[in-house]
Amino acid sequence: MQKFEIFTGIVCPLDRSNVDTDAIIPKQFLKSIKRSGFGPNLFDEWRYLDQGEPGMDNSKRSVNSDFVLNDIRYKGAQILLTRMNFGCGSSREHAPWALEDYGFRVILAPSYADIFFNNCFKNGLLPIVLEEKTIDNLFRLASDDQALEMTVDLHKQALVIGDERIMFEVDPFRKHCLLNGLDDIGLTLQKVDAIKAYEKCRKDEAPWLFHGE
Amino acid sequence: MSAKTLYDKLWESHLVQTDEDGTALIYIDRHLVHEVTSPQAFEGLRLAEREPWRIDANLATPDHNVPTTERTGGVDAIEDPISRTQVETLDANCLEFGITEFEMLDTRQGIVHVVGPEQGATLPGMTVVCGDSHTSTHGAMGALAFGIGTSEVEHVLATQCLIQKKSKAMQVRVEGKAGPGVTAKDIVLAIIGEIGTAGGTGYAIEFAGSAIEDLSIEGRLTLCNMAIEAGARAGFVAVDDKTIDYVRGRPYAPDSDQWERAVASWRTLHSDEGAEFHLVVTLDAVAIKPEVTWGTSPEMVVGIDDSVPNPADEPDSVKAEGMGRALDYMGLKAGTPMSDITLDKVFIGSCTNSRIEDLRAAAQIANGRQVAANIKLALVVPGSGLVKAQAEQEGLDRIFTNAGFEWREPGCSMCLAMNADRLSPGERCASTSNRNFEGRQGQGGRTHLVSPAMAAAAAVSGHFVDVATLIK
Repeated sequence: MQKFEIFTGIVCPLDRSNVDTDAIIPKQFLKSIKRSGFGPNLFDEWRYLDQGEPGMDNSKRSVNSDFVLNDIRYKGAQILLTRMNFGCGSSREHAPWALEDYGFRVILAPSYADIFFNNCFKNGLLPIVLEEKTIDNLFRLASDDQALEMTVDLHKQALVIGDERIMFEVDPFRKHCLLNGLDDIGLTLQKVDAIKAYEKCRKDEAPWLFHGE
Repeated sequence: MSAKTLYDKLWESHLVQTDEDGTALIYIDRHLVHEVTSPQAFEGLRLAEREPWRIDANLATPDHNVPTTERTGGVDAIEDPISRTQVETLDANCLEFGITEFEMLDTRQGIVHVVGPEQGATLPGMTVVCGDSHTSTHGAMGALAFGIGTSEVEHVLATQCLIQKKSKAMQVRVEGKAGPGVTAKDIVLAIIGEIGTAGGTGYAIEFAGSAIEDLSIEGRLTLCNMAIEAGARAGFVAVDDKTIDYVRGRPYAPDSDQWERAVASWRTLHSDEGAEFHLVVTLDAVAIKPEVTWGTSPEMVVGIDDSVPNPADEPDSVKAEGMGRALDYMGLKAGTPMSDITLDKVFIGSCTNSRIEDLRAAAQIANGRQVAANIKLALVVPGSGLVKAQAEQEGLDRIFTNAGFEWREPGCSMCLAMNADRLSPGERCASTSNRNFEGRQGQGGRTHLVSPAMAAAAAVSGHFVDVATLIK
């Protein structure tokens, strides 16, 4: 995983609550056995007017000009601003893969679905929880003719817009992993002895759980 | 010692290590694998030259992409080349790593959340995970079961553990006796209607109360299956005699020499008297009707005797806007009685409602009746090859086909339409599945979630109808 470094980017406002992972990346694109290449089909059903299928040339498809991602102001946006319960539904990690592949690195919302929230951190994507009224205010700013730019400083846990700073909370372990680009599996494998010790006890207490051994 | 919730007990018995900030490493007893969310995880193992930690903790079966029509041609005959590759990739990965897989032509193949309990592969007191949000289903066995992403699938394969933080504990109590035609599906839809799709976010939900105790294990599987639709990664029910009777004699259940010891340990799997929850929600079972969703989120639900709600009556403006958008998508007008809504297709199946009791309930309504002329397709898709065989032994398949339903091979099918079973734009479907999101059953498709009996009642009537009026 790449280290998460300070950056300045454009904010794209997606003014909907309960955006589910089926909407983020529709099921027909889940048939891929790869981790990459999902960006062109992010929000496929909202972004295009025709029905998307894997392998289509997206540059030849008719685009829904009413959808924010197609608004020229938000071209190259790296920060997605949205509403409550973002990422609900299916556990598909293809959702953060698609967001990341498109170029998003940060999401701002009042709340997230648990599995999606967790999946983001495994992919260098930072989901930030902000108060409802802060989100409302950001929607106002982001909908101006001039796109809103913001600096994201994970180290200081701050969003910077001009002279204004919005502080945010983040789990210290997740912050550490993102800043250092650490892989969870590598970290867990440093605890091999503890896992083996636990497993030995478990086998004594509940041998029926080790059915095939 | 202080009183503990069932969640405390399940959590504590799987703790390998806890850091100061509460980040914990928990041990996973059972990992279920299917073809959609595993290929990248196996690829990750190979790239890092890692081996699976404990082969026998894994059990795999393809379900999302498999065709439900005649399939004797095997994997090679799957028409969609990308679907075929995904199933082939699962077969190849399981072979390479030595993981037990019920392949497409195995009678034991089926939807992973039907197969696990059916095999006794998910047992009380276990931690169960799978790269699928509906893993919460297995909580019905008194297990801590939750869905994970593909990175976590790889993490479990490599380490048999997951890095987690403990959730808050919620108890949802449903008290009283449910009325005629009211099933586990109606109960869980009513719960989601009450607490909302984000109501359980950050919580693990224990379902309790007399109406839950009255449910069969299959009913509890339906209930826990949809905990995730209320936002909770995990939902579970305490172990009782029904749980133990259900497990007895299943292929992966404890051997006879360990049975009594296992049962003694399972008997402790309930919340202690006086255990404290962060939140307790209570519903009256008597007030629950056969439920029907009207919108594009499972929380958009009303009783069959009710009407499509009006966004103008909703004080919260963000919510009202969502309701308006849902009505547009669903092609419905506020105030329309639910029983006036006519349908194009009916789907009976999915990890929510494809077990033998579900098929019996639907067959009871279909028996001696005919699918209405306006229904273009009424599908019955059993949850596993074993459910299918059992249903055929009971003659349920003939009841369905005589009534004009199609009787299919097991798989996820039209719940998410990754295979060929799907809705066309604008088509309206009564579905026993779990999600009515936009496009879930096919782009532009309109889904109404109901119980199996209500789906069968809609199929024979051509529109929604209170199933209680059809019960002989």
